[in-house]
Amino acid sequence: MTPRRFGRSGYLVGAVCLAIIAVMLAPLVMSVFASVKPTAEAAATPPTYVPHGISIDSYERLWSYQEGLPVYLWNSLATALLTIAFTLLLTVPAAYSLARFPVPGKEVIFVVLLLALIVPYQAMLTPMFLMFADIGLTNSLFGLAILHTAIQLPFSLYILRNSFGAVPRELEEAAIVDGASSWQALVRVFVPSSVPSIVTVALFAFIMSWNEFLGALVMMSKGSKFTLPLVLAASRTETSLGGTDWGMLQAGVTISVVPCVLVYLLLQRYYVSGLMSGATK
Amino acid sequence: MYRSTRGRLVGLAYLAPALVFVLLFTVYPLGRMAWMSLHNWSLLTPPVFVGFDNYERVFGDRQFWVSFLFTLKYTALITPVLIVGGYLLALLTAHNSPLRKVTRTVVFIPVVIGLGVSSLLWYWLFSADFGLVNRALMDLGLVDKPVLWLGVDADMSNLAISASVVWKVIGFGMILFVGAIQAVPTEVNEASMVDGAGYGQRVTRVILPLTLRTVLLVTLISVIGSLLAFDQFYIMTAGQPQNETATSVFYVYLNSFPYLKLGYGAALSMVLALTILAFTVVQLLLTRRSEV
Repeated sequence: MTPRRFGRSGYLVGAVCLAIIAVMLAPLVMSVFASVKPTAEAAATPPTYVPHGISIDSYERLWSYQEGLPVYLWNSLATALLTIAFTLLLTVPAAYSLARFPVPGKEVIFVVLLLALIVPYQAMLTPMFLMFADIGLTNSLFGLAILHTAIQLPFSLYILRNSFGAVPRELEEAAIVDGASSWQALVRVFVPSSVPSIVTVALFAFIMSWNEFLGALVMMSKGSKFTLPLVLAASRTETSLGGTDWGMLQAGVTISVVPCVLVYLLLQRYYVSGLMSGATK
Repeated sequence: MYRSTRGRLVGLAYLAPALVFVLLFTVYPLGRMAWMSLHNWSLLTPPVFVGFDNYERVFGDRQFWVSFLFTLKYTALITPVLIVGGYLLALLTAHNSPLRKVTRTVVFIPVVIGLGVSSLLWYWLFSADFGLVNRALMDLGLVDKPVLWLGVDADMSNLAISASVVWKVIGFGMILFVGAIQAVPTEVNEASMVDGAGYGQRVTRVILPLTLRTVLLVTLISVIGSLLAFDQFYIMTAGQPQNETATSVFYVYLNSFPYLKLGYGAALSMVLALTILAFTVVQLLLTRRSEV
């Protein structure tokens, strides 16, 4: 508790905080404003700050843009959900094993599993693309989810291993004494007592996959398989009659941003705790 | 608990799916990349072994250096802003009053949105004729005609893109700094206050030294992230003018995909991966030391 908290510097801190909030929110607010401007106003130069009229024209154009917004939303969402599923299915058992079983060569295996932390995926996209092309996983949501899982796996494994490692031995032993198999102990003891970490892992997988750009750009060449960021990036150079459709572009930005911000605001606690433990990996 | 042979086998069984996955989708591509980098290969012709020719070409390739130096310039421009700015924000908001918590939450919002999407947002804001940045600068009388921010001049593009990325990621460092500052023991802080240290002295003599490890860590994470920059340049300048703003990852992408020089792209990837590896090793050593 600083003694000067209620003094003049308290007001100064308050004013600075409000100014920072305004600066940080302004771009997002402006984007939402741009997305609801009527068509002519959205293309006006110089641009207006606050819309003079409200319209959903830009959203309607986005809705029917090329393959249509539902296709792109589905591609993004399905990839993100598959990424969450793959990540959890692979890392929950693996983390359990690393936390509790005397597997020979465990340290070496752990290092191999964390390899993707050391080698950036941006540098590995060429060989991955060739491999995926060979086995028919390019232009496939399944394939993209595999790539995203490979990116997300080390972080998830690390978080879950620490979380399972912190489960009290007594709980586990009680379950074993009751005749539970190791699988039942995992499902009845470890998973329920690590719900916050599992939420963190799912949350990071969702946000990474929903937002990831370069991997999707490399793997998806068919327009019908584009994720939301890809189709928006493609639309910026797509010249309709009057050049870039700024209103539609910002409608797309708004739609992409909303799920991330909502999920973050709802699950902020999990996000921040994941970040703290992940960054000090 | 599971010390028996059976325990080992069961443990291995739980590990197997993840291990197979990583061997298939991380280790194998890595090996293939190394192999490819020693071959001349486009999708149209079969690979020809060329030894280290691709690597020799990398170091004599003008565009490789243009990309590499531009990426370094971008990293050098943005890193100090992110670290100093993030730390100042953390000092401002580390205390848990409602307004400061809200400020923290708001500053962090852009971190969770995509870099691609935030680049599309700023691509519009920085657009010469349709963007609000020029509109605001002109209304304030700071410029009298629209500034061509993106894709015309490399330094201007660097400046504009850095500004957009600072907005996007400054909250990341801030949150980690807040964690570190809050972990400074209260007694240490109070003792220095009893000794009559002002706020400035407390920051430089107590808080900063005690959070130095986090500062180094965030610096490394930021540097690695900046060296791998792609989305923001692909979207906001497309590498223009004349590939002057094509970053290292961008150049790998150009060679591998539009140009289909796969062997050469792989050699470039290897050089990139080794550069990043050097920084990552330092990062891991830093964290390792603290855990002891």
